[in-house]
This record gives sequence, C-alpha cells and structure tokens, in this order.
Amino acid sequence: MSVDTATVAKIAALARIKVSEAELAAMVPELNGILAWVEQLGEVDVSGVEPMTAVIENHLRLRADVIDPDPLTGGGKRDAVLANAPAAMDGFYGVPKVIE
Amino acid sequence: MTSLTDLGVAAIRDGVAAGTFTAVEVAEAFNANVAAASALNAFIVTTPELALGAAKATDTRRAKGEALGLMGGVPIGMKDLFATKGVQTTAASHMLEGFVPEYESTVSQKLWDAGAGMLGKLNLDQFAMGSSNETSYFGNVISPWRRGDGGNAALAPGGSSGGSSTAVSARLAPAATGTDTGGSIRQPAAFTGISGIKPTYGRCSRWGIVAFASSLDQAGSMARDVRDCAIMLEAMAGFDPKDATSLDLAVPQWEAGLSGDLTGKKVGVPTEYRMDGMDPDVAASWDQGIAWLRDAGAEIVEISLPHTKYALPAYYIIAPAEASSNLARYDGVRYGLRELPDGAGLQDMYAATRAAGFGAEVKRRIMIGTYVLSAGFYDAYYTQAQKVRTLISRDFAQAFALCDVILAPTAPTAAFGLGEKSDDPLAMYLNDVFAVPASLAGLPAMSVPAGLNREGLPLGLQIIGRPFDEQGVLNAGLAIEQRAGFAARPEKWW
Amino acid sequence: MSDYRVHGATGEWEVVIGLEVHAQVTSQSKLFSGAATAFGAEPNSQVSLVDAAMPGMLPVPNRECIRQAVRTGMALNAQINPWSRFDRKNYFYADLPQGYQISQLYFPIVGEGEIDVVLDEKSPETSTKTIGIERIHVEQDAGKLMHDQHPTMSYVDLNRSGVALMEIVSRPDMRSPAEAGAYLTKLRQILRYVGSCDGNMDQGSMRADVNVSVRKPGDEFGTRTETKNVNSVRFVMAVVEAEARRQVDVIEDGGRIVQETRLYDPDRNETRSMRSKEDAHDYRYFPDPDLLPLELDQAFLDECEASLPELPDAKRARYEGALGLSAYNARVLTSDVETARWFERLVTATAANAGKGEAEVAKQASNWLTSELFGALNKLGTDLASSPVTPDNGAELLGLVASGTISGSAAKLVLEKMLASGDRAAAIVEREGLTQTSDTGAIEAAVDAVLAANADKVQQYKDGKEALFGFFVGQTMKAMQGKGNPGLVNEVIKAKLG
Repeated sequence: MSVDTATVAKIAALARIKVSEAELAAMVPELNGILAWVEQLGEVDVSGVEPMTAVIENHLRLRADVIDPDPLTGGGKRDAVLANAPAAMDGFYGVPKVIE
Repeated sequence: MTSLTDLGVAAIRDGVAAGTFTAVEVAEAFNANVAAASALNAFIVTTPELALGAAKATDTRRAKGEALGLMGGVPIGMKDLFATKGVQTTAASHMLEGFVPEYESTVSQKLWDAGAGMLGKLNLDQFAMGSSNETSYFGNVISPWRRGDGGNAALAPGGSSGGSSTAVSARLAPAATGTDTGGSIRQPAAFTGISGIKPTYGRCSRWGIVAFASSLDQAGSMARDVRDCAIMLEAMAGFDPKDATSLDLAVPQWEAGLSGDLTGKKVGVPTEYRMDGMDPDVAASWDQGIAWLRDAGAEIVEISLPHTKYALPAYYIIAPAEASSNLARYDGVRYGLRELPDGAGLQDMYAATRAAGFGAEVKRRIMIGTYVLSAGFYDAYYTQAQKVRTLISRDFAQAFALCDVILAPTAPTAAFGLGEKSDDPLAMYLNDVFAVPASLAGLPAMSVPAGLNREGLPLGLQIIGRPFDEQGVLNAGLAIEQRAGFAARPEKWW
Repeated sequence: MSDYRVHGATGEWEVVIGLEVHAQVTSQSKLFSGAATAFGAEPNSQVSLVDAAMPGMLPVPNRECIRQAVRTGMALNAQINPWSRFDRKNYFYADLPQGYQISQLYFPIVGEGEIDVVLDEKSPETSTKTIGIERIHVEQDAGKLMHDQHPTMSYVDLNRSGVALMEIVSRPDMRSPAEAGAYLTKLRQILRYVGSCDGNMDQGSMRADVNVSVRKPGDEFGTRTETKNVNSVRFVMAVVEAEARRQVDVIEDGGRIVQETRLYDPDRNETRSMRSKEDAHDYRYFPDPDLLPLELDQAFLDECEASLPELPDAKRARYEGALGLSAYNARVLTSDVETARWFERLVTATAANAGKGEAEVAKQASNWLTSELFGALNKLGTDLASSPVTPDNGAELLGLVASGTISGSAAKLVLEKMLASGDRAAAIVEREGLTQTSDTGAIEAAVDAVLAANADKVQQYKDGKEALFGFFVGQTMKAMQGKGNPGLVNEVIKAKLG
C-alpha cells in the first residue's frame, strides 16, 4: 500500500499537524519508503497466533476506590494542574472560543 | 591521586561512606566537569546546586552516623525524559520548552531517596525518537570519542540516551539514567564505551517518564562498569502502584549477587544475528565475546531466533502507533507550547502548535502511527505487527529452553558521524536491528564495552536474559568486562 | 407489537430506535485516578495530574467502577466477559486532555442482555416487550467546556474528566417514543436499584444518544441518525418523534438521510446537524498499552452476584404475591428504589410493633403510604425523600390505629401535625388528647345530642332512608373530635335508632 499527497494530507489533518505543500511533498516518498519496508511483515504466517497483549506475564491490578490516596494521583491541586497552562484564566484552561 | 571524576558509583559511594572524601567534594568535581563540557552539549539544563544540596545532605547524614543509601553521595545525570519537580523537563522538544513539572517521576524520586544528587537534565533525541541524538530541539550531542584517524569528525553518541552516554563516557557524571524503547540505552552505551542495562519490562516504574511507546519504554542505568549499573538499577527499580504495568516483585540485590563465574551456564548465540555483510570488526568482537564467556565457564550453544528479521518492521509499526496516541496530549491547552495564529480556532491552534512544537522525526513517527491505526489499515499493520511480536517473544522463550543468556552484538557498527544517516530514516532505523528484538519481548538486556574497532571506536556486546533475570545478564556482562579489560577512554578535546 | 406510525404523504412509516445510554458509575474517585467525583465542585478542583494528562502520567483502574459495571450487567441478565480490554479512542477536543478517551471497543466487559418493559400497565400480560442490550462497556467521561465566561475564549473545566461511565447500548428494538421512554425509565430504575448510577439526569449522570431511522413496515432498516446527549426521558421521546417526522419529510421530498450526529434543541423541539464537529472522524481505536487486559476471577464475580439486591420485577411480584398488595400499590412502591426501601422499613417496623408477620401488616401499610402519606406530601409540594415523617414514625402511627388507641380519622389529623412539626405520633396524640375513647356513657351522650339536634333526619331514616346512618356516625365522631371508638359509635347509634 502506498500513500499519495492527498492521503498524507489527510493523515496530517487527523494527527493535527499543519504541513506546508513543500513538507507534504517531502513526506510522501519518505512515508512510502517506510511503509514499503514494513510491509515485509505480510510474509509472516501468523495463522493461529494471537496479537501480543502483555509483553511480560502480569495481571492488571485494580485500585481501591479511595479519594486522593496519594497526592501524586489525587485531585484538589488546581494550582498545580494549571501551573504550566499557556492561558490559565479564572481557574480554568482558556482555549480559543469554540462554537458548538 | 586519581581524579574524583574518574571514580564510578561504587567507588564514590564507598569513599564517601569511608570518609576518604566528602560528597560535596565529589559533587563539586563533577559540577566543574559539567561546566567545562558545554561543547559536548550533553546537558539541556545543569543543576549544580541540586547536586551540591544532595551532597551536603549526604555529608550531614554521615556526620550523624546515619545510613547513606544505595547511591549515597553519588551525583548523576538525569535523562530529560524524567519529570523532575521544579526543574524544566522537555523531552528535548520545543513543545515542552519551559515546562516545569509539579511532580517527580517515580524513578528519579527513588534515586534521590537513595542518596543520589542531580547534576542536570541530559539531552536526548526528541521524545526519545532517534538513534544518534540528532533530533533534539536543543542541538546535537557530540560524542567525546573521535576516530583514530586524526580527523575531527563529530561522531554520534548514539540515541536516544545520547546525553547520558556522552556524560558518562566523558566523565561528566559517574552514571546516568537512560530509557530504552528499542535500544536507546544499549546502543548509545555501545557507541561510547560504557555499560548500560535495560531491565525486564515493568521493573522500573514508567510513572513520570514522558511516554514514547508505552508497551516498550523501560528505564535503566548507564555507567562505566557492570557493578555501577547493578547498584543504580537496584535504586531505580521496584513496584509502583501508580503504574498498572509495574511488576509487583521484590527488587533482587543485584550488586551482592554479582559473579563473573559462568560455570554451568549456557550462552546462546543466535544464528540469525550473523547477517550477510556484517561489519568484520563487529563479527570479530562477537567471536571474542563468545571465547570470553567460554573462558568464564559457560557452555556455548547455537540457537535460532527465526523471526529476527521481522522485529524491526514490527517495531516501526507498534512504536509509532503508540507514540501517535501518547503524543496527542501535546495540544497547547494545559502546558507546553501554544501557537495561536490570528483568528485561529481550537483545531487550528492544535495543528499550528503541533507543527511548531514537534521536530521532523517526531512528526514522521506520528504520521506513520496515525496511518497504521487508521480505518481500513489497522489489521493489516497493527494487528499483524502484534502477532509477529508474539512470534518474536515465542522465539526467545524457545531459545531460553536451551540457554540461560544470549550473546549478540549491540549495534551493527561503531559510532557513525553526525549527519551521515540523518537524511535516510530507514538507514537510521537499521541501527537498532540487534537491540529491538529484546525490547519487543520485554527482556532484560545490557551492553558492555568489548573493545575498539580498527578506527579506535568502542564496540559493545549485548547480553539478553530471561524475563526477571537481570542477575544472569549482569553476571555475563561482568564476565566479559573482566576479560575485556576495557580501559580506553576518549581523549579530552572539549 | 407497536402500531406507532408516522403518517406521510406516501403512506405510513415505522420508526426504529436504539439507545446508547451513558450512565455515570457511582464511585468516590475517578476511573483511572484518585480525584473525587462529587458533583458541583469548584472548577478544576477535582483534577489530578493524571486527569490533566501531564507528561508521563498513567491510568490505574478503579475496582469499584469495574464491579459496578459487572453488577449492572448481571442485573440486566447479561453475559459477563471475564476477559475484557481497554482501548483508546483517539480524537482531539479541548475537553479531552489525553487526546484519546480510554474506552472498550473490541472486548467490552459486558455482552448481551435484555430488559422487559411494560407499555400498558392495565394489561401487562399483553404489552410486555423485551428490549435487547447489545453490550455495556466502561469508559472515561470528558471534561466540560464553558462558552459564556469570556468574549473570545472558551473555558475548560476538567472536574468530570476521567469520571467513570458505563455505556449501555441497546439493540434497535424500539418502535415508538413510548417504547424508548419505557426502556429508559426501566433502565434508570434498575441502575438505581443496583446502586451503580444515581440516575440524576438533570446533573448529567445519565444521558442518551438516540439512534433513529424510519422505514416502510417490513422493509430493511433505513439510514440512522444519532442525536447526542439527550438528558431526560421526555426529551428522548420528543427526539424520536421530531427526528422520525423530519426523516419522513426528507425522504418524501426526494431527499436522502445522511448518517450523522445531531443535537436536540428543546426550545424549538427539533434536532439539528452537528456535521461541523465530525470532520473526517477516524478514531483509530487500539488497545491501551498503559493497561493490561482486565481479567476477572470467579471470586470477584461471585461477590458481584451476591451483592445484587432484589430487582424491580422480582420485588413487584413479591409485593403482589407474598405481601398481598394491589397491583397498583406494588407498581407504585417499586417504581423507585428509595420508595421501596422506605416502604420496607415501614412494614418491618409496623410488624415489629404489632408483633405480627410482615404479610399481615403490609397491605395496611401500603394503603396508608400510597394514599395518606403520598397525598399529604403531594399537598405540601414535597416528596418522600424529604419527608419529615420517617418510616419508624409512620409505623408508630399505624400501630396507634391498629391498637385502637386512635381512630382512623384522628390518624389523619396526627399525620398532618407530624408533617408540620416532625414530632412523633404518640407525642402528638398525648399532647392533643386524641386518644380514642370507649367510654359508652360519653358516646351515648354524644349520640343522644346528635339525634336530638337532627330529629328531622332521624324521621327520614326511620322512613327508610338508611343512607343517613353514615351521617349520624360522622356527626358523632365530629362532636367527639374523632376520639370515639368507631365500632362503639356504630353500635350505639344502631341501638338508639332501634
């Protein structure tokens, strides 16, 4: 499978990366080179093989339903979560007006 | 007297504990080396005051007769992928330039708790994506090594932990943290003549490490010898309830368990790694490694890892797919860069921010990842790659029925020159051909220096172990180290 | 079964409805972080570093949320999947900090189940319909955007971000607004019984995406639209009606229905397209690599099963059967779990006070609750949840009536005073001197006075107008301020009138 300019533009839009026409033109052969190379995976007979889910034998642990058991994973830290915001306003994150 | 900056982790820790020198003296010595090495560009920010502060605390504890910890008095470099509270954390990206976390990663916290201090945040490939440290927004890291041909060509320190490898190799730090997603500890270690270990996936918590590819990312230690790696890894590892993939296992006493005697052990040599057109110096170094391990008492067995060839392509589907999603959070809303062109709406802001905040290689991988997950392609690419990953993991399981550890080269070549491969992504990716299979299988693996090639550049040998058997890996590494007698060091030119 | 039809120019159309209900799981903390879930907190005060998707943050699932989803599945007779998995749904929006929602696409925790709904309470045997549940999965809620705080900016509040939701997906089995309404009502009732969701639709704890299509009866399914985030039963029914009408009009005008997302505007009672928001959506679902597969062991499943309460249908059957309640009372008292709980405490306390079995007092208790207390609360404009009368107080009142201490008519008066003061029944009876009297002398005196004052009516009675008997009883009770023992009053009047 190879990609054309329109497809690459669509992927860039999906990934929310603005690309110029020139960048787009440069990306097409690059991505095609990589995609052609990874396509050798198609040679592998994977019948009856399950996709990997856990690389090392392990079980998903569930945590107890407790509020703020650890300051690192709890709430109540508005200043901390807003500290690096490009536009922290009135205790909110500000973003350009969204018309819904 | 030997310079303090020539000492490793164990020597510093023991010397401070014995009162041979103070932790403050050590920190000052390394701070001075760091300050004098800006030409290497190994650090994004330096934090001499933090190194000194930790050293003073250690000296105070010693004066009171208190225990000093596994890393008591040892200053280290911290890869700038670990969130450090109050200290800028960038992942070497423009996107996170100026980002100062309100939290400390689990691994770095464990190191501080063990008595280590921070010399600074180490440069790396942007978001850990790269094998030469040429994708950093903050500029290339220059390897301290130069070819023996008298030329001054700047060489790659490897990547993505290139700041770490350079700092340790150039004696700017006795040890440094690294992270390994597809070889990012082992390959730079090999390029710069130091040791580095990536433990079993899940040994070190990923909490607070800027994510690249979650199912592969694993922190590890980089230092000048195997013992130092063992000590530091002991301090870094351990169960963390904040990481759902963390292994709920006690951390073994790897340092205490070190032994270079491999009597009764079997070392596997994978046929498929001996590729056509292999660099003769690398092949020779591998043969030498086999001989050393035999000499250490091990039995050598040929093994087969039939899907080796497919590891790299599988990796270049899985890692970008995970990255494309992991990096979606960089959107200019809650932290980091925001590009807001005049009149831009929310979605325009995202696209402009991400265009400006990510470098070319990061964009490339996000694009590949987005494509392979997109409607109609998911099964052909992602599901197929995860099935191949199962087969690669199975290959290793079958091999480990026949042997205890596997010996292979770390990288197909010694360090290459900066700029030599940066125009050809595929050529760059191929550099991780020997490193990636163990990453895909989540196995512990390390690189130790084995000698120099004909150009006078270091070559590394890689040991891969069973899940949870870091001890076996370290011991085989030690056996090589004891026989290689690797004493070469880059001549100071910076 | 439903004969609901939309009448168009080309004939009659059948409407096909499926609902995707998002129900907030009742839990103290969020699905993947320790931040609190309480409603109405200060903006961004219940946001952890994990919820704000800071670099390097990782999700760890909340056992209680998983447990509640499993219990819900069990209550809907659904298949529980002991192996499920979390997937990432990738898209960009300001209320989605990670750039993906952790959800379950490929392997949901709960598979197929069903709900029985009764469409006509007068003939439940012939109007019960089974609506299929396709699946239930667990996922993160998004944050909230506010648009009116600033002229050029929208504000983001992440308090809701990461709160656990269950998405309960029905089969397209509904055929009328009434069926959709009945399904949602029943689902809400069951969730509240199970305790897995509080069902507060006005706080957004439950909201429905309404999938509607139309077809000529017997044809294949038509193209459906999805109207998002509808937050009341009434609105769901209105959406079905409005959207079906719109679709029929479009098709009959020669147009085509586009599969799209729509929004309901309750003020105009119409749906409108949200096409602008879904440009080329491609969610790129894949397994969340930060989480391992979710494996539930038998002990966990057993605990979920054992902890399930008696569910509405079973409870209603028991009320009618074992407790002998009327069908109406049984339905009313089981309609909401809190009402049923109140009733059961009332019965327990009443039976205990009287030293009788619950079945012996249940009918009296249910009648008192559904007619007397509900009526009185209704008059006061309040409801059972905020009733000043507790079940124990109610039982005390019923006990006073049963023992003959006060009469039924005095009981009404006492209840009024209980509601007004919050005092206990016995204290009011004592204070107001309402204890029923069986003093024959006093009763005879009262009866004599009434008969004397109404000599004309006594004559009419004797002439055969026997209906006046009740009048004399009422007048006597009134004269005695409700304290006369009604049995004795009756006896005495009968004797006096010969």
